[in-house]
Amino acid sequence: MQRALFPALFAAGVTFLLTCLVIGVKLVQGGPTLTVVGADADTWSWIAFAVVIVFLVQLLKEPLLGLKQRLPMPDVTGLLPDEQLRNRLKPWLIALIVVGLFVWPFMVSRGAVDLATLTLIYVMLGLGLNIVVGFAGLLDLGYVAFYAVGAYTYALLSEYYGLSFWVCLPIAGLLAATFGCILGFPVLRLRGDYLAIVTLGFGEIIRILLNNWTNVTGGPNGIGGIDKPTLFGLEFNRRASEGAQTFHAFFGIQYDSSYKVIFLYLVAVLLVLLTIYIINRIQRMPIGRAWEALREDEIACRSLGLNPTVIKLSAFTLGASFAGFAGCFFAARQGFISPESFTFIESAIILAIVVLGGMGSQLGVILAAIAMTILPELAREFQEYRMLMFGGVMVLMMLWRPQGLLPMKRPHLELKAS
Amino acid sequence: MLKLDNVSTFYGKIQALHNVSLEVNQGEILTLIGANGAGKTTLMMTICGDPRAQSGHIAFDGRPIQQLSTADIMRQGLAVVPEGRRIFAGMTVEENLFMGSFFRSRSEASVQLDHVLTLFPRLRERFHQRGGTMSGGEQQMLAIGRALMSQPRLLLLDEPSLGLAPIIIQQIFEIIERLRDEGVTVFLVEQNAHQALRIADRGYVLENGRIVMSGSGDALLNDDSVRKAYLGG
Repeated sequence: MQRALFPALFAAGVTFLLTCLVIGVKLVQGGPTLTVVGADADTWSWIAFAVVIVFLVQLLKEPLLGLKQRLPMPDVTGLLPDEQLRNRLKPWLIALIVVGLFVWPFMVSRGAVDLATLTLIYVMLGLGLNIVVGFAGLLDLGYVAFYAVGAYTYALLSEYYGLSFWVCLPIAGLLAATFGCILGFPVLRLRGDYLAIVTLGFGEIIRILLNNWTNVTGGPNGIGGIDKPTLFGLEFNRRASEGAQTFHAFFGIQYDSSYKVIFLYLVAVLLVLLTIYIINRIQRMPIGRAWEALREDEIACRSLGLNPTVIKLSAFTLGASFAGFAGCFFAARQGFISPESFTFIESAIILAIVVLGGMGSQLGVILAAIAMTILPELAREFQEYRMLMFGGVMVLMMLWRPQGLLPMKRPHLELKAS
Repeated sequence: MLKLDNVSTFYGKIQALHNVSLEVNQGEILTLIGANGAGKTTLMMTICGDPRAQSGHIAFDGRPIQQLSTADIMRQGLAVVPEGRRIFAGMTVEENLFMGSFFRSRSEASVQLDHVLTLFPRLRERFHQRGGTMSGGEQQMLAIGRALMSQPRLLLLDEPSLGLAPIIIQQIFEIIERLRDEGVTVFLVEQNAHQALRIADRGYVLENGRIVMSGSGDALLNDDSVRKAYLGG
């Protein structure tokens, strides 16, 4: 306590000085002269309160820290049943969840389905970035660029050549993968911070390019009226466009705008399931192992004859292609895209999803994507405090579970000796 | 089997190897001894293609390899145990070993796995343990085992005794001898000159990037200048 007294006084003094300067006094321009005006009594009492708080906290820091040590830390893994039971239940659980995903939209409101579709897009993006950041350990801050490539691929092809969503989906994935490859070649010799900066730059380049290439992309006005996906050629509009048929007319039911929303949701579910399946397979393949080994020790990998460039490039390309799929779907769902949708904050959110979920953990990433899209919607009343809460949650997460919500568990393979 | 002919290597402007020529013959243990900074590790890494030899020729089984990329060189039938072990700390022993047989078929890998596990029974005990949680000696065994998983004909070992207890060093050297008896050619780079020369068939002494002496292991062990410089008189 004695030892803490001086630092506490010092901290309180600094707080007082700073708050005085920042909110205690104001410069007011009255005509030609500047006058200094003191704050009102209310503000002063708040300042005094703050100073006292800082003083007390600094003084009692050690007992408080001791108290924190004794706080029980939440342990999620302890709540799960033991491994054997889990393994037996797993297929059933997965089946239940998949069936639930398909049945659920028919029972809830349109808004909820729409939100779920958005969530699924982020799940897809999170899973894609997870390959790059979580598996291969390459920090990519420009992931949104590939998302944008996918979205604009569909938007432009649909506008200029009238190609349908289903044709454009693989093209978008391929094109995004190509961009991933092109970016990957020069930058993959970089590591860590430098790689992050270059990818960040790439993300901005794509956005600025889309913003300024006005005669093709429409610039900041974006591209509107993008066609929605069709079900084997059946449209979900009220009236069919020329030479096409509508869904409700084909099945002889009343037109309802929620069909479209539910259909989009189902497409998203399918895409996400496909993504999960593919990534799961790849993770078990040698290339998945190689990503992980590369993350752990590049020199060791080279000593074993693995080519780091090829391995990194494959992670980058594959991750980018999933962003391309997500982007294509995003454009179709939105019906309107502009460079506004592909700012840096999107990259940051996707990265936050991966980190929050636990790097490399698929289930963790899915949970984090759900949390990151639904929580802000639920907290809509606190609009202006949203980012503050977001930051607070991040700090708490890093304190309690720095390894993420559900840390990665590597799939276990046993080779049988023949 | 491996032949270096007038190899010179530079780090930027600094020349680390000066016209080094040496030869590793089939089925022998060849050791390279030298003080700190003599260029031992550089020589080993030059063989692996990183850094590249600026001049001279490196041939493995008569084929030049100095133009190949590191990844290609490492698939030619030689394997390296890098200095400082460099195992994958977060992966299990099993996964570490299978990374070594990345370019082999499954059946080849499982045969070789059995072989490695008989050489290092310790690794069988620790099969599902994470590499990073093992002791230094076990990690060195794992590093050697991992290199052996690719069924190399030539094994390059860079200071396998680094930071290990004498009894473990003894074990490691016994295993190296056993490997030679099984037909694996071993190129051993060591600071622990005494141990290395004892098991070596032939040896080279590297000083300031130049080969200054060569001869059979026994001859070097009994050579006065070698004794004075590396064996403590």
